[in-house]
Formats: sequence, C-alpha cells, structure tokens
Amino acid sequence: MTRLSSAFAKGRPALVTFVTGGDPTPDATASILDALVEGGADVIELGMPFTDPMADGPAIQEANIRSLGAGTKTADILRIATEFRARHPEVPLVLMGYANPMTIRGADWFAAECMKAGVDGVICVDIPPEEDPELGPALRDAGVSLIRLATPTTDHARLPAVLDGSSGFLYYVSVAGITGMQQAAQTSIDEAVARIKASATIPVAVGFGVRTPEQAAAIARVADGVVVGSALVDLVAKHGADAAGPVKELTAALAAAVHSARTQ
Amino acid sequence: MLQMGFRAALPQRDWPRKGPLQIWTFPRGSAKRQGMNAPTPNSFRTLPDDRGHFGQFGGRYVAETLMPLILDLEREYRKAQADPAFQAEFDDLLEHYVGRPSPLYFAPRLTEELGGAQIWFKRDELNHTGAHKINNCIGQILLAMRMGKTRIIAETGAGQHGVATATVCARFGLPCVIFMGATDVARQAPNVFRMKLLGAEVVPVTAGAGTLKDAMNEALRDWVANVHNTFYIIGTAAGPHPYPEMVRDFQSVIGKEARVQMMDRTGRLPDVLVAAIGGGSNAIGLFHPFLDDPSVKMLGVEAAGHGLDKEHAASLAGGRPGILHGNKTYLLQDEDGQITEGHSISAGLDYPGIGPEHSWLKEIGRVDYTSVTDKEALSAFQLLCRTEGIIPALEPAHAIAAVQKLAPTMGKDQIILANLCGRGDKDIFSVAEHLGVSL
Repeated sequence: MTRLSSAFAKGRPALVTFVTGGDPTPDATASILDALVEGGADVIELGMPFTDPMADGPAIQEANIRSLGAGTKTADILRIATEFRARHPEVPLVLMGYANPMTIRGADWFAAECMKAGVDGVICVDIPPEEDPELGPALRDAGVSLIRLATPTTDHARLPAVLDGSSGFLYYVSVAGITGMQQAAQTSIDEAVARIKASATIPVAVGFGVRTPEQAAAIARVADGVVVGSALVDLVAKHGADAAGPVKELTAALAAAVHSARTQ
Repeated sequence: MLQMGFRAALPQRDWPRKGPLQIWTFPRGSAKRQGMNAPTPNSFRTLPDDRGHFGQFGGRYVAETLMPLILDLEREYRKAQADPAFQAEFDDLLEHYVGRPSPLYFAPRLTEELGGAQIWFKRDELNHTGAHKINNCIGQILLAMRMGKTRIIAETGAGQHGVATATVCARFGLPCVIFMGATDVARQAPNVFRMKLLGAEVVPVTAGAGTLKDAMNEALRDWVANVHNTFYIIGTAAGPHPYPEMVRDFQSVIGKEARVQMMDRTGRLPDVLVAAIGGGSNAIGLFHPFLDDPSVKMLGVEAAGHGLDKEHAASLAGGRPGILHGNKTYLLQDEDGQITEGHSISAGLDYPGIGPEHSWLKEIGRVDYTSVTDKEALSAFQLLCRTEGIIPALEPAHAIAAVQKLAPTMGKDQIILANLCGRGDKDIFSVAEHLGVSL
C-alpha cells in the first residue's frame, strides 16, 4: 500500500489540508506542516507558490505573494518536502500548484525531484487530461501519483478521461469557481460524489469553500476525504510565523469532525 | 538593431516587377475578402492541429472547470465557420459598423524621408473605436450570442480592447464587465471613462503589479465562477485553444484586404510586412494571409522598453517557452518559471507573453522578429505625425521605428507594408509627459 492509499484506508473519512509553501517564509513552513500532522490531518498538500495563481481566491493569492516576497524558490519547496519526509515517514505529502513552475526545467526533472523528496502526489491546476503528455507520463514513470481535479462542469461523458491516468485520489472541486469563496449546496455535493464514486476506483476527496468543522463533517458523510485550504491559509496570514498553534487547533477540530462524521 | 539574419534574408530583386505574379493566378479586382491563395502541401496556414497546438506551442492549459466550456466553444466556432449566415453577418458589421475595408495608403513623404523602399500603411487606425481590436470583438460577440451567453467579460491593458468590447456589448445590448489592472486604470483614465460611457462596469485589479496579466488572471477567475452564462472575449491571439486561432481568423481580415488592395494598386505583393507585437493579434492578422507567399518577408516588432538588458516586454527576444493563461508560448520569466513583469511605454505591448503562433513562426523561421525601445518608438511616433499628418498609437509606432531602420537598406522599387493598427489619441497624454510637455 502506498502512503496515499493507506491514508484513505483507515476505516473513516480522511482530512486533507493545504497550506502554501514558504508562507510567510520558507523557514516557517516546517512548524506549520508539523501542526497539521499533530492536529490529525491525514494528507498534507503543500502549495508551490506562483506569480499568477488564476484558480485561487484572495486568501491563497496573498499567500503566494507573501511566499514569493519572502524569496521562496522551487528549491526551497523541495527542501521543505524532503525535511518533512524525514520527520514524518508515514504521512502522505502532495505538491499542488501550476504548470509553469512544475515543467520549466522539464517534467522529467520535476518528477525525479518529487520522487527524491518523498512526495507522494502532484496536483497541477492547469494541466487538464487533454495536455497530460506535459507532465503525466513523467510522474507515472517516477511512481508519483497524478491527482486530477473534477468539477461541477465535468460531466458523465468527460469523467472517464479525468480518471484515466489519475491515481492517489480524485479531488472534486465542489463549486465552479476559485478557492476560498462560497461553499456548494450540500445536496449538489451529495449527488456529485455519488455520481463520481460510481465510476471511480480511487478515493474521492471534496474541497473548495470548506471552512468549518460542521461543513467538513457534512461532506465527510458522503466523500472519502475533505480538503480544507483557505481557512488554514487565513490563520497563517493572521499569525505569520507563529501560526503553528492556531493551525493545530483548527486542524484538530476539523479532524475530529471529519473522522467521526459517519459514526455520529 | 535589426537581426543580421533578417537583413541577409531579404529577398533578392529577381521577382516580376509588374503585373500579376506567375505563381499567383490572382484575379485583379475580385471580391474584397477573397485574397487567399489555396493552401499548398507545405502550407504555413494549416495549424493549429486538432489539439490546438502550433508545434510545441499553444494548447489548452486551463483548470478543469473551464475545459468543458473550451471544448464547447471550439465546437460552436467550427459550426459558425461553416455557416454562411455567420460570415455574412460578420462581414456586414465590419463594413457598415466598423468601416471596413480600411484604406491601403502609400506614405510619400515618409518614403522620401527614409530614402529607400516604398512605405505603405494598412490603416486600421481608421476603424470605429480607433484600432484593430474591434474586428475580433465583432466576431466573438456574434459567437457568444450563438452560444446563448448573456454576459460578457474581457481583460484590457491600455483600454483599447476594453473599449472595443464595451462597444460591441452596447451595440448588442449585453452586460459587460471589463477587468483592468489598477495601475492601468490610473494611467488610462480617458479609456476608463469611454468604457463607462458605453455602459461597461470597469473592475480595477489590485493583485500583482496591477497591469494586463493581472487583469487576465482576474478575468479567468470570474469566468471560472460564471461559466454557465458568461463569454470571455479575449483581446489577443493568445489564451487556450481555440482563442489563438479564432482571434487570428477574425483579425485576418486585415491581411486579406491588404493582399487584394496591394495587388489592385501595384499588381504585386509587398516585399516585407511589418507589425508591432504585444500579444500579436494585429501582426498575425496581417501576416497570416501572406504566410504561403514565399516572396513576402515578415517582421514582428516587440517592445524593448528601456532596452533588452533592462526592463522590457520582448517575450521572444528575452523570454523562453513556458505555460501561462492557457497556452504554451514564449514568456518573460525567471529560472523557477515565475512570471516577470513586462515594461513598455505602450500599455498595449506591456504583456510578458505572446500569442503561441508567433512563437511557432519564430522557431520555424518563417517570420523574423526584432524589437525597438521606448525611445525609438517615441521618435517614430513624432516622425509619422510630421511627415504624413497621422498620429499613430504607441503600439504601431514600434512598427514604424522598425520601418525607419529597414527602409533605407532596401531598394526604391521594393515595398514595405506596415500595419497602422491604432490611432494615437489615447496616447497624447503619455507622449506629452515623455516629451516634458505639461498639458
């Protein structure tokens, strides 16, 4: 079993958490990632900062600006990942970001660096299945999961193409929109997850607009995992290098809600 | 400096000088927009491929939410292309609303001043709204209405595309939201007011440096949240497929007309085409109908800003291939693939990327690309005012600066055709400031 599949095979829904790497500084990220793990997150998404995060709302846009402003380089992200893997041998780590920083030195280079750093999966926002050759083959050859996104606009006819070549889990974006804004109606999430799970052989995690333990619990009743990002990034924005405490606290509340969602 | 390769590659003067060329059995005075020769097996006009790629460039690098919409857009565009009624309505609006065909003008005093090749201008600055941008907006809004979309969004840098989009939205009664970098809103106040007069909502974008690329990010964010009813009118021949192809096709009216007009007036094709490039829509519109004419050389002119070793917006000269805003193309970026800000005196050229077809045409060597500085453009701007009584926009002033260098190296029987893609009314304030004049 891979680290990712283990995370979704604990007999309860998984909590997936996102923070932007290098926010507020490259050196501060390690303690924030540790807080996520200590709070009970099952999968960690580490955002690779990009100058033009066109799928992100204000919270994560600003996190990108703070990170790049602190001088974060791709080498820093890979170092943060490598050190995380040494501290947490069992916790799956996923890099999330945009195509250009991932492919600028060649997809093979990036895939090899991910493998060396102990990265389990990659989510690339702006490489749809139609452009898979840009990154997918290199990641699969390196044994790194390519985690794709499905959205409310991904219809039945298109879903097989999204699933083909995906592994680890499928990230269902519950609203047509950008990160951190409105939450989708629970009934639409229930329907979409049921539809996707009928076709998918990999776990389905749901994100975008999930901010509170209550929202997370409602989603965890139907999905294999719940993704929370902007609410945690907001805490980093507020507390900066001292964010570990508040991040751990929110993560613990989210984890408790998600993990027990089906037993209550 | 023009690239040495370009000068060396200038055609030898051994083509037929009068009358129709042997290889082009082009009937003089035929229907206005049928100046196309049939594609040859080695045509440069067959791309993009089915996946929207021009060689390694182009493509559809968008978030999954947009992907089904992009595929739908392509299907609808193919249907529109095959529908004579769509083409007829496009042609009718271009003729009666935009004022096409735009004149082809021989510039006698500029030619004399430079003392070399004959200089001709395609006068797209005489279009309604004062630039070539409207050609594309007409095409895209007709497509939007075919698709049943009820809300239009667009990005704008200098405001020309924003004004053109607001214009067609007013003409067809659709609500219009224009995203514009906050920096550009401040330095392009007259165009902001024009857009508002035309009924558009102008949203200042404060992210990043508050310029064109940030406006495009914000437009994409709006689009992704409003896919069900919104059509995004992209202003240049860039973005995800099918935009680069579609914008090129709508702008190709420039080159198709010019080809017919030049044959009618001189009985021959021009030797060199010259056009300024930001995203590259006016240039590809002029170049594309001539790509399979082997005797016609082409020169795209990027903005070298303060100089290629300083701040500039010359993606081909100073960038390398990468992925941004839905396509792979040459981009100004650092070693990590972070996008750097472009700089040009011309807000319309101030973009760190370029349309993907230009990246391909550069790589295969069919089109040559050069760049001119802010200072050279400013001087060319004044030269055209003084010699021809035409105030050009700062964008085509870059093309004129390249013509200024090129013409004296060519013979008097040779012809340069440059695209005068916009008029300079919008730029008089910034030109005055650069010349130290307070208005």
